[in-house]
Amino acid sequence: MSQQDLHLSHYASFEQGRAGVDPEWLGPLRRRALDRFSSLGFPTMRHEDWKYTSVAAISGGEFHPFTGELPEADVDALGYGDWPCARLVFINGRFAPESSSIQGLPDGVRVGSLAAMLDSDPDELEGHLGRYAAFEEQAFTALNTAFLEDGAFLSIEDGVHVELPIHLLFISSTNGRPFVAHPRNLILVGKRSQVTLYESYLSSAAGAYWTNAVTEIVGAEGARIEHIRVQHEGALGHHVGTVQTQLGRDAGYTSHVVSLGGALVRNELNVILDGQGSECTLNGLYVAGGVEHVDNHTLVDHTQPNASSRELYKGILTDEAHGVFNGRIIVREDAQKTDSRQTNKNLLLSRNALVDTKPQLEIFANDVKCAHGATVGQIDRDAIFYLQTRGIGEEESRHMLVHAFAAELVDVIPAEPVRAALTAALVNRLSPSGAAA
Amino acid sequence: MLEIKNLHASIQGKEILRGIDLSVKAGEVHAIMGPNGSGKSTLAHVLAGRPGYDVTAGEVIFEGKDILDLPPEERARQGIFLAFQYPVEIPGVSNLYFLKAALNARRKHEGLPELDAMDFLALSKEKMKLLEMDESLLSRSVNEGFSGGEKKRNEVFQMLVLQPKLAVLDETDSGLDIDALKVVANGVNSLRSPERAIVAVTHYQRLLDYIIPDQVHVLADGRIVRSGGKELALELEERGYSWLEPEVAAG
Repeated sequence: MSQQDLHLSHYASFEQGRAGVDPEWLGPLRRRALDRFSSLGFPTMRHEDWKYTSVAAISGGEFHPFTGELPEADVDALGYGDWPCARLVFINGRFAPESSSIQGLPDGVRVGSLAAMLDSDPDELEGHLGRYAAFEEQAFTALNTAFLEDGAFLSIEDGVHVELPIHLLFISSTNGRPFVAHPRNLILVGKRSQVTLYESYLSSAAGAYWTNAVTEIVGAEGARIEHIRVQHEGALGHHVGTVQTQLGRDAGYTSHVVSLGGALVRNELNVILDGQGSECTLNGLYVAGGVEHVDNHTLVDHTQPNASSRELYKGILTDEAHGVFNGRIIVREDAQKTDSRQTNKNLLLSRNALVDTKPQLEIFANDVKCAHGATVGQIDRDAIFYLQTRGIGEEESRHMLVHAFAAELVDVIPAEPVRAALTAALVNRLSPSGAAA
Repeated sequence: MLEIKNLHASIQGKEILRGIDLSVKAGEVHAIMGPNGSGKSTLAHVLAGRPGYDVTAGEVIFEGKDILDLPPEERARQGIFLAFQYPVEIPGVSNLYFLKAALNARRKHEGLPELDAMDFLALSKEKMKLLEMDESLLSRSVNEGFSGGEKKRNEVFQMLVLQPKLAVLDETDSGLDIDALKVVANGVNSLRSPERAIVAVTHYQRLLDYIIPDQVHVLADGRIVRSGGKELALELEERGYSWLEPEVAAG
């Protein structure tokens, strides 16, 4: 049977399992989503939004819902053991309370498993879950919405400044059979509240799996959200991650998306600047080698006047890796005095590395500033020679230059352990043996 | 210290150096002058080991060993330093970080322990003072946003930190005003010692008022057509290079 049918067939038994668990309003939402997935099917390269990325590995792969005992998570081994934060750990999409800890958070913060919320306080979710991430044309979001079970729920009341970072750690660990998980996260930040949120997707075992994640983030008036999303899947990991962020008046959102590994990675980041004076800064770094494929699609939708957006995405590609960047900016008719800037820079370290970069600007207002630029280049050989003439070996010189290229983005990530983990991952990826990993 | 014998070098099939012979002893300062296109910069780059140049004949013996088979970093670690005419900018790599790595590479080669950050900083500050350089330049990226004069000063600063045995200056004076020139020359002169040799490639005689050479060579059409003492530089200043044409034709 086709892979589409595979998922559809799982739904029947899944739905049965949810009877008595799901609140009343969730069933119709799931079914609408499933219908859309059924109509749409998996996207092919004939779809404009997927023209550089084939999802054949997913649509042609046998990814079943995970069954069996959840493996253990060695959070320390992943390098995040010592870092002070509130932490929710999910293994194969399911909350692992024994590895999690939410101490140290101020009053007015509610954080925990989405599954637990659906059980205890579904009313709080009704007005938000599924309201932001559209699935009319988005097959992966539709599938996630149909099959959503667990993930993180975070709700911050008005006027709360959360100092302690909150880390949502998603670990994938196969037990031999390829599986798919659909983590679903809902983040609600109240008026003038502030939070720093980490969302990491890591793998602790070899083997094929597919993570199909959707994160909805809402920032009320004056809210400030810093969001660091690190995705470092295993060599046979497939990742489709959608983040939908909705911002109100004067709200601010800074996103850092770091992609360090995975056979096939597609990050979709959609930010709706739905309030006057709102702003977003989107930083992205993607590193790929071997035959990996990493695709970053971003959307910034200026619906209101006086909003600003800044975007800087950088890619480092080696071996036969393929990178894609598509930066879409919409400036609606009413969005006068929009100030938007988008830059994509790519460094190709091998003859066969490939990048497709495409800005997509749709501007309907007439008093705006919209700048965009993209570059694709190689290591500066003159710079290598210069370093060599000072006694620095060629290999070390290359490392210095690649590190320098990434530094602009690594240096602005607000947590030392994450910067250190990134730097180590970069070094590992770029060394001769690391490329094959 | 340096023996160049019958050096021939081409770039993209075009022969630029057509048989250079040069002998430089430790403690000496040699100036290499010549009209544009004579091969002065090529000579400097071939000594440093720049890729893209084909050495088709000849030898370059440094301290008794032929260095033509050595990669640039090996030549540098053995004590050859090239001060570039057009130093490249390297955004994202700080002067401090890069120079410390370079110095420690050299020290490692000499069997010396590496310098830690504090000692390196102290050493750098001392040298920067001599060159009237602002300390803040250390934390900036290599040559990024530096004016022409600042770049040249940065070359000499690196030289003072790395203490090479053979310093090759490729038109270090170009683009400098008199004050900057004096500071740079001062820095170069502070390196003069019986164990060290300096080869200064220059188009104008002006630099040689401050860095007084022991020998002056004229490079024209890929060959050294005339050698002499420092008076030769003054003669060239007065008469230009055209009076040497018969010698160029003969060569």
